[in-house]
Amino acid sequence: MSGILNSSIGRKFAMALSALFLMIFLLQHFAINLLSVFSADTFNQVSHYMGTFWVIQYVMQPVLIFGVIFHFVMGFVLEIKNKKARTVSYAKNNGAANSSWMSRNMIYSGLAILAFICLHFYDFWLPEINTKYIQGDMSGLLANGEFRYFEELQHKFVDIWRVALYCIAFVFLALHLLHGFSSAFQSAGANNKYTKGLKGFGKAYAIIIPLGFIFIALFHHFNH
Amino acid sequence: MNLTLKIWRQKNASDKGKMVDYKVSDISPDMSFLEMLDVLNEQLVNNDEEPVAFDHDCREGICGMCSLYINGEAHGPDRGVTTCQLHMRMFKDGDTITIEPFRATAFPVVKDLIVDRGAFDRIQHAGGFISVNTSGNTIDANAIPVNKHDADKAFEAATCIGCGACVASCKNSSAMLFVGAKVSQFALLPQGKIEATDRVLNMVKQMDEEGFGNCTNTGACEVECPKGISLENIARMNSEYLKASLKG
Repeated sequence: MSGILNSSIGRKFAMALSALFLMIFLLQHFAINLLSVFSADTFNQVSHYMGTFWVIQYVMQPVLIFGVIFHFVMGFVLEIKNKKARTVSYAKNNGAANSSWMSRNMIYSGLAILAFICLHFYDFWLPEINTKYIQGDMSGLLANGEFRYFEELQHKFVDIWRVALYCIAFVFLALHLLHGFSSAFQSAGANNKYTKGLKGFGKAYAIIIPLGFIFIALFHHFNH
Repeated sequence: MNLTLKIWRQKNASDKGKMVDYKVSDISPDMSFLEMLDVLNEQLVNNDEEPVAFDHDCREGICGMCSLYINGEAHGPDRGVTTCQLHMRMFKDGDTITIEPFRATAFPVVKDLIVDRGAFDRIQHAGGFISVNTSGNTIDANAIPVNKHDADKAFEAATCIGCGACVASCKNSSAMLFVGAKVSQFALLPQGKIEATDRVLNMVKQMDEEGFGNCTNTGACEVECPKGISLENIARMNSEYLKASLKG
C-alpha cells in the first residue's frame, strides 16, 4: 500500500476518488440552490442549517476544501508529468481523429472552473466567513429580523456581467464533466457491463446539473 | 499519384533533426505506404543522397516493427492496420503527407523515423510472463479448464503486437494500453493468477520509471491501435494494481 500515490495508477485513482466526491457535492449544492427557485423560506432554512451545523462547518467543509485543492493540485502535477513525457511535439497532430475535444482539454476546462471558484468564493464564501467567524454573527438574520440568505443570493445576480461569467463557467463545467464522469470510473478500474449505462448517466449529469445552475442564475437575475 | 512528402530527418540521437520536403511521382494506389517509401529511397540512393531510415520487418501487420506518425496519426489515416498494411489508395494525387517518428521521451529517436522502443521490452522483462516448470513435469495448458469468456478476452489482449501506436497517439505519451493488455492476457487466465500481484506491481513500476505519461482516458490509443486493443484492459490493470497494492 505504501507509496501508492507515487505511482501513475495510484495518482489516477486518487484523482478519480476526489472527482467522485466533488460530483456528489455538486449534486447537493445544486439541490439546495434549486430550492431558492421554489421557496425563499425553505432555501433560507436549509442555508441556515448548512451554515451553522457544526458537522457541516467543521468536518464536511474542511474535507470539501481539501478535496477541491487536492483535485486541482494533482491535476497540475499530472499535467506537468505528462508534458515531460513528450518534449518534442509533432509537426502535424490530428487529435480530433481519435478523441474528443473535452478529453484533450481537461486542464483548460479545469483552469476555467478554478477561476470561477475564486470568483464564487469572493462572492459568497468569504463574506459568509467574515459575517460568521470574524464579526461573530451566527444568527443568519438581517437588521429587519428576516433571514439574509435568499436576499444575498438575489442581490449577487443583479449584475448581468456576473451572471454572464457564471453561465460561461457552467459551460466549462459541463465540458469538464462530459469527459470527467466516465473517466473517473475507468480510472477506478470499473469498465464492465454497466459502463454503457454509466456513460449515459454521466452525460445526462454533465448537461443537466450545469444547465440547472445556469437556469438558477438567470432566474434570480430576471426575478430580483 | 504524385505526392509531396514532409519527412523528419535526424542523423542520430544527438542531432536536432528537421522536416525535409521530397517529391515522389508515379506512385501506384495499390502500393503499401512502406513500398512508397522504398521508391523514395531508391530515388535518394540514385541521387547519392542518404536514404530515409524507417523500421519494418514482416510487412504483414504481425510483427509490430513498423511505426510512423502519418498526417498526424499513428500508422496513418486507416483504422485497424499497421503502417505496412496502409495502402496509398488512402491518399489522393497531389497530397502532401507529413511523416514523423513516434514521439515520446521514452521512445528516443535513433535515426530519421526509427525510434528505440526498448522501454516496452524492459516492461515485459519486469513481469510480462508466467513462470513454467520445464523440468519435464510441465502441465499441458489444455488440461487446465478456462472459462470461454475469459479465454476470449485474454486472447484479445494477447493480440497486442507492442508497436507503440498507443504511446504515439496519446497526448500524454502513456503506455497504459500496452501494459494493460500485457497484464490482462495473464490476469484472466488461471496460469497467470499465481504471479498476478508481483506482475502488475513490477510492470507498472517499470512503466513509470521509463518516463511514460499518465493516462487521462482520451481513448485515442484504442482508436489508433492496429489490433483494436480495448480500454477495458486499462481498467482491468487499474483494478489489478489497486488490489495488488492493498495486498502488497
